[in-house]
Amino acid sequence: MVSLLRNQKVRNTLLQVLYVGSIAALVLAGIVIARRNLAEQGITSGFNFLFKSTGWDVNFSLLPATANDPYWWYFLIGIINTLFLGSVGLMLATIVGTIVGLARTSSNDLARLLGRTYVDIFRNIPLILQVFFWYAIITHLPTPRGAHEAWGFLLTSRGLYIPFPNVSNAAFAAATLAVVAAIVLPTWLGRTSRLSQPIGQRRAIQFTAAAAALVCAAISLAVGRLPDLPLLDFPALQGLNLRGGLRIPPEFATLAIAIAIYGGSYIAEIVRGGFKSVGKGQVEAALSLGLSPWRVFTLVRLPLALRAMLPILANQYVWLMKATTMGIAVGFTDFFMIVALTINHSGQTLEAIGILMAGFLAINLSLAAVFNRINKAIALKGNQLRG
Amino acid sequence: MEMVVVAPPAPGRLEDLRRRFFATPLQAVLSLACLTIMVFLAWKLLNWAVFSAVFTTSGGPEACQAAAGACWSVIAARWRIIFFGLYPYEEQWRSALACVVVVVMTVLSCIPVFWTGRRIALVWGAGTALFYVLMKGGVLGLAHVGEEAWGGLALTLFIFVTTCLVGFPLAICLALLRRSELPWISRTTGLIIDGVRSLPLISILFTFAVVLPFALPQWLQGDKLYRVILGSALFFSAYQAEIVRGGMQGVPTGQEEAAMALGMRYWQRIGRILLPQAMRNALPATINQFVISFKETSLVIIVGFFEILASGNAAYGTGEWRFAYVEVYAFIAFIYFVFVFSLSRYGAFLERRMSISER
Repeated sequence: MVSLLRNQKVRNTLLQVLYVGSIAALVLAGIVIARRNLAEQGITSGFNFLFKSTGWDVNFSLLPATANDPYWWYFLIGIINTLFLGSVGLMLATIVGTIVGLARTSSNDLARLLGRTYVDIFRNIPLILQVFFWYAIITHLPTPRGAHEAWGFLLTSRGLYIPFPNVSNAAFAAATLAVVAAIVLPTWLGRTSRLSQPIGQRRAIQFTAAAAALVCAAISLAVGRLPDLPLLDFPALQGLNLRGGLRIPPEFATLAIAIAIYGGSYIAEIVRGGFKSVGKGQVEAALSLGLSPWRVFTLVRLPLALRAMLPILANQYVWLMKATTMGIAVGFTDFFMIVALTINHSGQTLEAIGILMAGFLAINLSLAAVFNRINKAIALKGNQLRG
Repeated sequence: MEMVVVAPPAPGRLEDLRRRFFATPLQAVLSLACLTIMVFLAWKLLNWAVFSAVFTTSGGPEACQAAAGACWSVIAARWRIIFFGLYPYEEQWRSALACVVVVVMTVLSCIPVFWTGRRIALVWGAGTALFYVLMKGGVLGLAHVGEEAWGGLALTLFIFVTTCLVGFPLAICLALLRRSELPWISRTTGLIIDGVRSLPLISILFTFAVVLPFALPQWLQGDKLYRVILGSALFFSAYQAEIVRGGMQGVPTGQEEAAMALGMRYWQRIGRILLPQAMRNALPATINQFVISFKETSLVIIVGFFEILASGNAAYGTGEWRFAYVEVYAFIAFIYFVFVFSLSRYGAFLERRMSISER
């Protein structure tokens, strides 16, 4: 027995079995104890509860939702809410971050100072504090009667009201998809190797594709238009309440603003790092070829910087997607809040936590997969000298 | 023949200004736009925070609400609840002293003299013990104050310090396990680290605060505060482990091979060769992680702790100061800013210094 332990191979196997075994034993013991404790409270484990109706409401949903809907439908709503808030927040944060990041790399001292002040202030204050701050600001806005108004937008304590086309929901979704296609399709057509035209001579094809997508958008808006109403629906005061337009709930607006501002300060630093990594020699070479500063930016600095920042940006996006869980602080029913509410109401603790983990794992993995694809597509081919 | 060297005349002050801000029309527009924004914001902010602000409590909330600017009297009236939470009034000096202990401890650990494993462990161990004794009492004639009465800044700092104290050694262990040569050990550890990293911190805190009691036998449950600290430490260590591992990968393999050739044993190699060099490589990222984790302590408000953000909510939430929410949030933001900004500046300074020494 002792001689067996002296054998390196045996010892290694034993160590591994011990390590994995003890972790597995801990997890299993936890699950067994939890099931027993829950059973004492009259909660049967298993995923049958997914098909029971919830009995409570969500305050934000892109899909139709009533208290009679089953739990699985609510989980779906939660994931879609998280993804929707996340993508709106990501887009806004990217816009803010790009502007601030460019200001920070500008040759103008004042612009640099302004960008730096922004980053220093908003990066150093916790996100949740900013969420609470914006929520307090928005909920203390005037009531609909005294709403701040500008260009048809209304700011009230009940949310932000924006003009919205008078079309059916399905038509609006179709039109949105078509507009996205109008942006994505020409980009793809410009790079793909499936067309016989050489790259660089595809202007006509790209233009046709974009125009066709936009025409599709216009058609779907025209078809889905609600009868006897103007195309754009402006919010207006009727009695004590606001009618018309699209209401963005205070919770959603708060989180989108907070994520945009906080995330923007991080993305600004990533953008700055990306531009800093572009070799001075590359820029000088382009300038000495006689390119204008604008063309140096679009043809040399931007593409190189984009490649440098994309992997870091991907991590930041994943982080921001997870930051939507701040929703629970202000009562926005994101995925995590739905899980927490499920635990409160149904007591199906283990199952709900399992679904939470699986959900975030799926979100993270799919985001990572998308960014890996993009990264591979734009990576420089072969060995190229930098500097 | 005498050569006369004429240097180009040094640009005058006005010429210098013109070159820096008005070199081209576009630059001029940009400069003017930035200047306008800055002057406008600075004026608005100064006017609100200083010129039209009320600083004294003498007029009471009513006079304060009528003022056009900030109402700093809410801070003057409620600073105790923001800093100390529900800590007993007569004992609040202990809470203040405990916060000073943490600040001293942090400053000490920024001095290179203390950058050996033993010394830094001593500083943090002794500091945390002192903090705990001061806050909890029950010995040396200090009255006993239970954890449920802790709050405000002291609770925030306590959670941060204990998170690091537990999380850091755990991170090193996880990093060592992950780079183990035994495939099942490294794979399982990798699974744990990546699993924790893929979850949001709030969900981990929630699991440890609310769900874990179901999965533990009665005698192991402990106080909710310590469970949440454990969760937060686990989260911290999963991120920190990857930073430490990155630092280890930066150490040339020759170093460890040479140590092996000298006949050093595993722990000697780790403790004397690998870790000192790895920690040096990982230092900037480590400080960054400390900064992030300090900001993230504020999330414990979600699972119902009375840390500084929650005590701020309470400071304006009741009765007559209801209107003064901006001032309270600005004050708390300023406290966070002082801590986080100085720590991140220190990190940047260190990074610069190290990049010089590597040249």
